[in-house]
This record gives sequence, C-alpha cells and structure tokens, in this order.
Amino acid sequence: MGPEARSDAARLEAVEVSAWFGDTQVLDDVSLSVPPASVTALIGPSGCGKSTFLRILNRMHESVLGAKLAGEVLLDGEDIYAPGHRLTDVRRQIGMVFQKPNPFPAMSIADNVAAGLALTSTKVSKSDRAELVESNLIRAGLWDEVKDRLSRPGAALSGGQQQRLCIARALAVQPKVLLMDEPCSALDPTSTRRIEDTIGELQSQVTIVIVTHNMQQAARVSEQAAFFLAEQGTPGAIVESGPTDDIFNNPRDPRTADYVHGRFG
Amino acid sequence: MSATTTLEGAEILDERNAAPSEAHGSSEVDSVETSGGPPDVPRVPPVARRRPRRVRALTLDDWLALGGSVLASFALLYVGYLHLLDFSGFVGFVVCWYFVFIAVYATVVSIANPRHIVVERLVAATLYLVAALVIFALASTVVYTFVEGWPAFHHLNFFTHDMAGVATTAPLTQGGILHAIVGTLIMVGIAVVVAVPLGIGTAVYMTEVRGPGSHLIRTVVEAMTALSDILAGLFVYALLVVGFGLGKTGLAAAIAIAVTMLPLVARASEVALRIVPGSLRQASEALGATHWKTTWKVVLPSARAGLVTAAILAIARGIGETAVVLVTTGATSFFNANPVSEPMTSLPLFIYTAYQTHQPVALTRAFGAASVLLAMVLLLFVVARWIVRDKTGRERSRLLIVQRLFVRDVGGVDDTEADQ
Amino acid sequence: MTIDLIPPVGSGHVAVPRKLTSVRERSDRIFHGTAGAIGMVVLAITAGIGLYLGYQAIPTLRHYGLSFFTQTQWLPELDKIGIAAVLVGTAEVALVAMVVSFPLALCLALFVSDYAPKWTKSWFVSAVDLMAAVPSIVYGLWGFFLLQPHAILVARWLSQYLGWIPIFKVGTDPNAAIWQQSRYTSSVFIAGLAVAMMTIPLATAVMRAVFDQAPIGEREAAMALGGTRFGVARTVVLPFGKGGIIGGTMLALGRALGETAAVLIIISPEYIIKPRILEAGTQTVSALIAGNFGNATKSQLTALLAAGFVLFVITLGVNSAAAVIIRRSRSGLATEA
Repeated sequence: MGPEARSDAARLEAVEVSAWFGDTQVLDDVSLSVPPASVTALIGPSGCGKSTFLRILNRMHESVLGAKLAGEVLLDGEDIYAPGHRLTDVRRQIGMVFQKPNPFPAMSIADNVAAGLALTSTKVSKSDRAELVESNLIRAGLWDEVKDRLSRPGAALSGGQQQRLCIARALAVQPKVLLMDEPCSALDPTSTRRIEDTIGELQSQVTIVIVTHNMQQAARVSEQAAFFLAEQGTPGAIVESGPTDDIFNNPRDPRTADYVHGRFG
Repeated sequence: MSATTTLEGAEILDERNAAPSEAHGSSEVDSVETSGGPPDVPRVPPVARRRPRRVRALTLDDWLALGGSVLASFALLYVGYLHLLDFSGFVGFVVCWYFVFIAVYATVVSIANPRHIVVERLVAATLYLVAALVIFALASTVVYTFVEGWPAFHHLNFFTHDMAGVATTAPLTQGGILHAIVGTLIMVGIAVVVAVPLGIGTAVYMTEVRGPGSHLIRTVVEAMTALSDILAGLFVYALLVVGFGLGKTGLAAAIAIAVTMLPLVARASEVALRIVPGSLRQASEALGATHWKTTWKVVLPSARAGLVTAAILAIARGIGETAVVLVTTGATSFFNANPVSEPMTSLPLFIYTAYQTHQPVALTRAFGAASVLLAMVLLLFVVARWIVRDKTGRERSRLLIVQRLFVRDVGGVDDTEADQ
Repeated sequence: MTIDLIPPVGSGHVAVPRKLTSVRERSDRIFHGTAGAIGMVVLAITAGIGLYLGYQAIPTLRHYGLSFFTQTQWLPELDKIGIAAVLVGTAEVALVAMVVSFPLALCLALFVSDYAPKWTKSWFVSAVDLMAAVPSIVYGLWGFFLLQPHAILVARWLSQYLGWIPIFKVGTDPNAAIWQQSRYTSSVFIAGLAVAMMTIPLATAVMRAVFDQAPIGEREAAMALGGTRFGVARTVVLPFGKGGIIGGTMLALGRALGETAAVLIIISPEYIIKPRILEAGTQTVSALIAGNFGNATKSQLTALLAAGFVLFVITLGVNSAAAVIIRRSRSGLATEA
C-alpha cells in the first residue's frame, strides 16, 4: 500500500529579493520562479548566499538579529511576507530540512514524525496519527528500517536515517514546498543515494528546492537549476538559471561554464 | 562546541545563523583570471532595486485583541470587584485582573486563531507580565530604600559624623554613619586583600598547575559556595574571637567576610582562566617559556579583565554581608579605624541595629545607610559592566563572571566558552 | 643497495615506549609549590569550617542525644534545647520561598531567553544579576516595611477563604470587622516572600543560562515546522533545560535554607512546630544563631554550633545534589568539561 500521492505542490516565486545582515548586503535582486511539483537546485560556490536565499523562502531569515530583506516571495501568487500571513502558517506550508540532521532527542521516532502536528495543534485521532506516521515514514523511505522500533528515541539512528526522519517529520505537516539545505553533505554516499531516490519519489507531491554543493547531485535530481555567485566584495546574485541540462551542458554565461567544469569553487 | 552564554546569545545566534548561510563578503571566487571581467576594475556594490521592508510578526488584529482585552477585563473587574464581591486591597485587584484578562484574551484570540496561536498568545502575555512583576518588585526595593532614606541625606553630618554620644532618638541633624562607612570600607578592604589572591591562586592551581588534589579542591570549593554566611561568621567567632580570644574586632569580621568571598572568587577566577584558549598556552611553551612565565605573562593578562570583574563582584557581595559582621564584631557607635582592636561596625550592621530600636528617626538613618549601601553596590555593578563592555572578543568571558558571582553558586552549570 | 634503517618485519624487535623525564626549572618548582600551598590553604579553610562545626557539635549531640532533634524549645537556662521547631521553621520559610519563586523564575528565565526583544536581553540579564546583588538586609527592610502591609491583606484573604486548609489557618477571626493585623505579621509567609526575592534571581540565572544553550539546530527545526515560540520552548528548550531547571531550583533552595538577614528582620521568634504559615511567629536556624550568639555561654555556643552544623549538612546535601543533577543532565553535558 503506497502513500497517497498528495499534490499540494505549489508554485513558488521570488521577486527581486535582496537581503542584509546588519549593513552588509548579502543578496542582490534575486528573482527565481520555481514551477510546482518540480525539483530546483541552487548551486554555486560557498559564501554566495544560497542558504540565505533558501531561508528567505520560508521566513527563517528574519529570526536572526539584524537581518533585513527586500522583495517578495509568492506562494501560489500570494506574498508570504504580507501582513495578513501568519508566520507559523507560512513555515508550515514551506518546510525545511537542514544540513545537519536534527531530530528531537527527547522524543521517540513516531513522536518525531508527529511533532509538527503537535506544534501546529492539528488534531488527529490516535489511529489517524499512527497512519500518518507510517505513511510519512514510507514517503521518506525510512519505514522498513524503523517500523519495529517506532518508540525508540529519535536520536538513536544513523546519520542517514536521522535525516530521513527529519524529512518524514517535515512532510507530516503536508507542506506545499520543501526546502532542503545541503541535506546530504553530512552523510555517507549510500545514505545520500537513498535520499536522492526519495527526492525523486516526492517530486510529484511537493515542490522541492535543494541547495547543494555537489554538482553531480544537482544534475541527478533536479530539472531546474540556478547558479549563484558572489564576486569579491559584492552580494550574491543569480548568474544564470534554467533547465538543469542547459546549465550543465550549454551554459550561456562563461562563469557558469567555469564553475560547472570545476575551474573554481 | 560553542555554547550560547549570556545576553550575547543574540549575537551568537547571529553568528550561527550566518554560518549556514555562508560567510558573507568572503567569497572564494578566484576565477577572475579566466574569461570574464577585467580583474582590476574595482567593483562597485550595486544598489538593490528595492529597499528593505518591515517584517512584522504581529498583525494589527493582534494588537487590537490585546489592547481590547486589557481594557475590557479592567472594566469588567472594576464593576465586579468592588460591588459584587467583597474583596478589598490593591493586590487582590491585580491578581483578579490577571485571571479575568486571561479569560477575556483567550476568548478574543480564539475567535480567529487556531489553538496553538491562542496558547502562544496567553503564554506570551503571562511571561511579559511575570517579567514586569519581577522588575517592578526590584524597582520598588531600590526606589523605596532611596525614598525612605532621602531625609537623612539633607544633612551633611550624616556622612561626616558617627553616632558617638548621640541618642537613637536624636534628630537627623545629629549623628551620622561615618563610622559605618569607614568600617565597611576597612573590613571589605582587608577581606579583598586576603580572599582575592588566595582565590585566584587556587584557581591557578586548579586550571594551570592541575596538581594532585585539584579535583578535590574544586569539589570542596564548589560545596562551600553554598555555605550560609552566618556559618562562616560563627566559625570565625567560635574559633578566633572566643577560641583564640582575639575579641570582637573589625579584623575578625574581615576574615569572616573573606571566608565567604573565597569560594566565589576561586570559582569565578577558575572560569575566567579556563576561557583562555589553550592555544595561547601552547604557543608560549613552544617558545620555550617556563610554566610560571607562561602563566604570569600570558594567561593571567589574557584573563585579567575576567579576574578583575570577579574581584569587583566579590566586593559587592562582601559589602552586603550582615550576619557575618553581626556575629564577629559588636555594633558600636564609635568611629573606629583600627581593625585589630575594638569593635567596628559596618553599614549592614548599622542598619540592623538601628532597625532594632524601632525609632522612626533611627529607621530613617537605617534607610539612609541602606541607600548608601545600595549606591555602592550599584556603582560596583556599573563598573563591572563597564569593564565587561570593552573589547567584544572577551565580552563573553566576562559576562560569565558577572553571572557566576552574582549567582552565588552556580553548581556545575558552567557556560564555558572554550573556543577551540 | 638497501639501507637498513628499520628492522625488517619479523626480526623479533618489539617497540617499547621510552621513559621521558624532564627537569623542571627552579622558577617552575617554586611556582607549583606556591600554587599548591595556596590550594591546600584554601582547602584547609573551606573544609575546616565543616570539620570544625562538626567537631564542636559532638559535645552537644552527645549531651542531648536524639532529643536535640525532637525538642522544640530553645531554653538554654533550663537546659532544654532542641532544633525541631527551628528546623521546621527553616523548612517552611524555604518552601514558601520556593513555591513562590519557582514559577516566577521559570517564567522569567523563559522570557529572557526566548521572548524578550533581542536588544533588551542584556538589560534583563543585568537586572536579574542586580537583583541577586542587592544585600539581603535591604530586602529585609523592604519586606518588613513595604511588603508586609500589603501581604497581610493577602494573608487575611487566604485565611478567610482557604482557612479550612490547615496551613492557611490563623488563630483569629478574619471576618471580624476590625481584624487583628498583628496576628498576620512576622510570619513564615512574609519571610518567605522576602527570601523569594533572593532565590528568584539565582534560579533564573541558572535556568536562563541553560535555556540559552538549547541546540540551535533543534530550535530551527521546530520553527521550520511551523512552531510558535512556545511550541519551540515546549519541544526543544524545556526538555533540554530540565537539568538546569531542577538544578537551579535546588541551588535556590540551598540559598533559601541559609538566608539570615532578611529573615532576622521580619520574623518574631517562636519555638513551636507550627504548620500555619500565615500566622505570626516562627524561627529558622540562621536566625536562631544570629539572634542568640551574643549572650551565649560556652556551652550554649556549642549548641548553636551544633545547630549550624546541621544546617551546613543539609545545605551541603542540597547543593551537591543540585550540582550532580546539573552535571548529569543533557544541559550539563554541554557545559562543564
């Protein structure tokens, strides 16, 4: 019995987004359109603002003291920064998986998956809850490995398993978009491959934006890619974006070509 | 693993959040040699097409809900409290107002918001109110003391005379607390001279020399920070004053104060020394310096600010010691600058003895003395904070010391910020 | 041409670590010696207090035996002394202080770490530290003169409506038109409130320091799931800070047990075991010692020392337990090396 293919996948659009930390500008007029039910990769050398941009997409950027931003982020046409939108709702609809797996150690695996429900006071009956835990663990590709030990603490798993648990947890609140900030950089190659497979399976159900350092990974999982670059002393910006094939095999900008062919970064 | 320590947790949050978003400004693009722009043209940072925007967490609706609930609950209570129920008293009103407010606010917020938001609003309101309550209590203490002591300040003799030959009921134009001020300064001065070197020396032994027994010393010192001050005083009294027959003197009090200060100084100094990065020590020893030279010329100067802060805050503690002084030296109305003979009084002791008379004039003097005491503590506090404010890098370590000493014993909670 | 620098494998040569010795410079020997001496002196002083108190307590305990702990009266002239009532009083005052200060400290710590606007955080931390620095005698005066008139109204209300609970009973009629104010003053309740002013900043500082160390990764995960500030607190900060909460509370308890000056000012000594915290009259160990040492004969002094030793042991136990709890907890592991 497979999981229901939920298609809440939404279109996400960044319009002329700039970002500052204090007085230092780190992003400059970044615009990007992310089609629904697709995987978009953000690539580029470290320090270009990819992660900052990602965090702007789910309103995590503003939790930092001194952080400022300009521009709009449209989820299905509506600006998530508009006053009428509740912060917690935005974050529920646009989920995030972090570089370092961070399951809640005080909770069991099942409780971890359901944590988002508790946090957003979504009421579920006991049976629904069990089903939700199961279906999301299946979606994240973790069910078979943990189905016998759902009550074990969430931290007692390997790195790759923890990350998949975090994915399951993020999926459980049924986001429309899932942001992934270098989710595999702390993992071994096998776990990386499992997660890449998971991304492929999730693609139809949820829009995915993934930041990655690994160009081959970007080529493997994404249909669309955006190349970020921050030249010396200037804030980061998108140099080129488009279908992944084009970026890698037929880049328009020479800097993209240099990066993609490994000449820097 | 760096840990968020005190207030600059916000800044540390900043650093940590900046970390995942990569170090800004220092890009590793060294590709300029390849085809692209000319490498030597200075790049002017572009101006963003849009200005930074205001991002709010609370909507207008939220503020209106809050304000409306406050007013509505007040009105409701005003009618109900006095007329329908027979409660009385300001405190009771405030307490009831809180509960009515919560009820009204919960109702209002739940109209348009899901449950977790309602809970969040109520918790936030409660926490803000608790903070306000505690700050209010603290402020009332400080303000009340100064207000009650103010009449005494009008008379210069309050600061220049002692109470020799002055009846407790004598008006404020006679007598003063000079002897108490001097007594406090002398006692605490001696205590500092004794306790600070010993405390820092112990800390050095525990962190630098790390000889045998240092773990035992740390455990014992940690346990002794819990010692009730009266016990230290009792110890000195029984052993020195009576046992060795030294009599009640300022020196005995000073020793007792030193005994209470010692564990605090040792503990705080240990933290200050532990924060000095090991790389500094290693660099010094790699240059061939002896352990002593390393400690004296490298480690201690690095930790100097932290150690000074530790000393200052121990002084603030010592100044306020009442029970200790009460037990080891008799209260006296005479000016006495000689610590080794004759009893000597201190400000807290003066306050206590004046209080015991229950005479209004004496009480005003007591409050005046209390104001002086508070002013001293505040001054020391400001100085400690001022020292801490310099040089951002070491701020964290010193804030730890501030914390450590004021929190008389912080057991094993050691927000050690050992930068690797 | 081969160069035999390393004994070939299998030649039977076994590597043995060599003994390393170094000669310490003279200055270092002096340094270590001095530091060690200082350490020993401090150890002697600090341990000496406990040992001395214990040693002095022996004659008293031997003389009175177990009755020292069961006798409630303190009448040295009649050779009837015991700390039963005093211990109960100490416990009551400390308990009232903890009941009041625990929720306030927890709320304040959570407020400062998670809710206060970030630019105000340092001010709040300083305010809490300042609160801890105010001398206890000042709190005593404040408690007696400013707080008491208001607190007895609360006490009266409690005895009026909750007087059926034994601890809230007061031996006078709260409903009388002119009620006896003096029966409500100088009680355990008032003293407990004043002591709370000293325990709140202590507990708050410990709890807040621990809350601030909650791992940022978990916090962000909870935020990214759509959690509110309280949701993050409930899911990440409070579970992480459990050790600090308990440890901080116990440290505050240790302080409350030993508090002297404020209690001395507020209470009026009474030597009976009394569960009624709102009623006037009680005694604590530290107030007992402070109040009676002046006219104590040699034997009475040893009795006071014995009482002090009991207090010392109790406080030591509480504080050591607190240190262990803090160190063992998850928050403790992240701190002390």
